[in-house]
Amino acid sequence: MRLMETNTERVEGWNRPPVIEPDGEGELLEVAMGPHHPSTHGVFRMDLALDGERVIRLKPVFGYLHRNHEKIAEGVSYLASMPYTDRLDYICSLTNNWAYALAVEKLVGQEVPERAEYIRVILGELTRVQNHASSIGFLIQEMGASGTPLMYAFREREKILDLFESLTGSRMMCNYMRFGGCRVDVSAAWLDAARKVVAGLPGFVDEFEALLSGNEILMARCQGVGVLRPELAVNAGVTGPMLRASGVNYDIRKVDRYGIYERFKFRVPLGDHGDIFDRYMLRVLEMRESITILEQALKEIPGGPVMDSKAKIRGFRPKVGEAYGRIEAPKGELGFYLISDGSPNPYRYRVRPPSLINLTILEDMCLGHNVADVVLIFGSVDIVLGEVDR
Amino acid sequence: MLGEGILKGMMETAKNFAGSYVSAERLTTVEYPEERIAPVEAARVFPFLVYDGGDWEAGLRCVACQICEKECPPKCIYIDKSKDKKPDHVGKAQFYPTRFDIDISVCMSCQICVEVCPFEAIKMDTEFELATDDRFGGLLLDREQLAKSNEYYHSIHPTEATAVDVRLAEEKAKAETKAKAAADAAAAKIATAAIAAAAVKAAPPAGGGD
Repeated sequence: MRLMETNTERVEGWNRPPVIEPDGEGELLEVAMGPHHPSTHGVFRMDLALDGERVIRLKPVFGYLHRNHEKIAEGVSYLASMPYTDRLDYICSLTNNWAYALAVEKLVGQEVPERAEYIRVILGELTRVQNHASSIGFLIQEMGASGTPLMYAFREREKILDLFESLTGSRMMCNYMRFGGCRVDVSAAWLDAARKVVAGLPGFVDEFEALLSGNEILMARCQGVGVLRPELAVNAGVTGPMLRASGVNYDIRKVDRYGIYERFKFRVPLGDHGDIFDRYMLRVLEMRESITILEQALKEIPGGPVMDSKAKIRGFRPKVGEAYGRIEAPKGELGFYLISDGSPNPYRYRVRPPSLINLTILEDMCLGHNVADVVLIFGSVDIVLGEVDR
Repeated sequence: MLGEGILKGMMETAKNFAGSYVSAERLTTVEYPEERIAPVEAARVFPFLVYDGGDWEAGLRCVACQICEKECPPKCIYIDKSKDKKPDHVGKAQFYPTRFDIDISVCMSCQICVEVCPFEAIKMDTEFELATDDRFGGLLLDREQLAKSNEYYHSIHPTEATAVDVRLAEEKAKAETKAKAAADAAAAKIATAAIAAAAVKAAPPAGGGD
C-alpha cells in the first residue's frame, strides 16, 4: 500500500479519516461498477474487489462502445474516415480532425497554407478550453456538487460551440479540416465573434477558480488521492494533463512543434504531487495558457487561401508507405498511424487514443482508496468512452 | 480560516444569481419548443436535392454520376441511373436518377456528398424536426421527398446559394458561347469550304483553308 505514504498534504483542520490496511479477515466483496453507473461517462465497467470500503483489486472492462472504427476506415476512402474521427472523442472533434488530417498530409506530403494553420490553432485551443472546462465540471459533479460548476462550465462551452456551429455547421460533429487546409474560410465577422468570446474567457476562469480552487471540501476530497507517480506515468505511456500533473514536462506542442506552435509564447504548467487536485489545477492553468495562445493567434492571423490549390480531398492514391501524425489533444497524445499500399483506401488505420492509455493505470491509482474516491479518480483521468472503445 | 473557500464560492454563486437578473445576456436558457433559435446559415442536418424551375422531376440537377453514393461514409445513398437522357440546365443531354433514396436513419450529416458533388445538385437542409413513427419507411426518403426548389435553397443558405447561382450562370454562359462558337465555326467552315470550292473551280488553291 505505497499510496498511503504520499497522503501527507492535508487541509488545515480537516483531516481525512485514517487509512486502514486490510486486516485479512472476512471475505472480499466483489462489485461490478458499471456499465451503467452514472459516473462512468458512458458504458464502462470496473470489477472491484472490496475489503469493507477499501479497494483491493480493480479490473477495468472495456468494449461496450466498440464501433469497429479502425476496420471501417480500411474499407472507405481517406476522406470518408474524416467524419468518423469526429465520433472518437466527441467532446473535441476538431482536434481529432486535426490529428487525422496531419497523418494524411504526412502520408501524401501535402503542404498547408498559413491561414489554415492559424485557423487550426484557434479551433484546437478553443476545443482545449471547452474540454478542460467541462471535464472539471464533471469531476466536481461527481464529488457531489450537483450541477453548479458544471453549469458554469457549460455556459462557457455553449459560447464556444456556437462559434463552431456558425463556422462548421455542426456543434460537435464538426468534420471541418481537410487534407491541405480547412473546408471553408472564416469570415471577418466570425473572427470578431471569436475575439469577443476569447476576451470573456479569462473572466470565466477567474470565476471558476473563485468558485472552486480554495474550496475546503474539494481540497479534502482531492489532495493526496489517486496519486500517480511520474515513473509509472512514463512507463505506462500516460500523456497529456495526467502526465504533466505528475511533474513530467512533456507537451507535444513543445516537443514536436507541429503546425505553427513555435510562433506562440506559452508555458507548460506542471504538477507536483500527481494527485486529483494537481490534475484539476493543471487543467485550470492550461486553460489560461490556451487563452494566451488564442489571443496571439487571433491577433496575428494572416489573409490568404485556406486550402492548398494543389490539394486533393478525394480520388488520390498515396504511394506505398506509412505515416504517423500526432498532436497534443486536450486529453493527451492523439495519434493516427496509416499504412498505404497504393490504393485509395488505407491498408491499416490505427488510432492511438489518449483516453484508453491514460485509463490503463486506473487500478494503480485506486488501490487502497474508498469506493467514493474511485469515482473521483476515474473522473480526474478525463476520458470519453467513444475514444476508449472506438 | 476553515470554510473561507466555501464562502468565497457561495459569494460567486450569489453574484451569478443576482447578475442573471441584471444582464439579459446572462439569461441563456431558451424554452424550446415555445421559443426557437433560428438555425445558423452554415447549419446542416440532412441532404436534399436541388431542382430548378417549377417541375421537380424535370428540373433536378442530379445527373446520377453516383460520386456521392461512392464517397458517402456510412453508405446511405442509393441511386439507380436512367437508361435514357434528358437535357440539363445548360441544355446538354444527361442521365438522371430513376431512384435516389437517402436513408436518414443511417446518414450522419457529414456533408461529404455536398462537397464531392460536381453539379451542385445535393445540398444540406436545416430542417431537424423529422421524428416519425415509421422507423423504416418513414426515414427512407425517395427523390420526390428529397427534391426542394432552388428558392428554398436560397431561403436557408442565402450566401452559399447566390455563389452557386453565379457559378452555374458562368458555366452556362461559357457553355453557350462555346456552343455558339462551335456553331459559328461550323458555319464558317461550310462557308469557307464553299468559297474554297469556288476558288478551286476558278483558279489553283490560294491558301483559303480553315
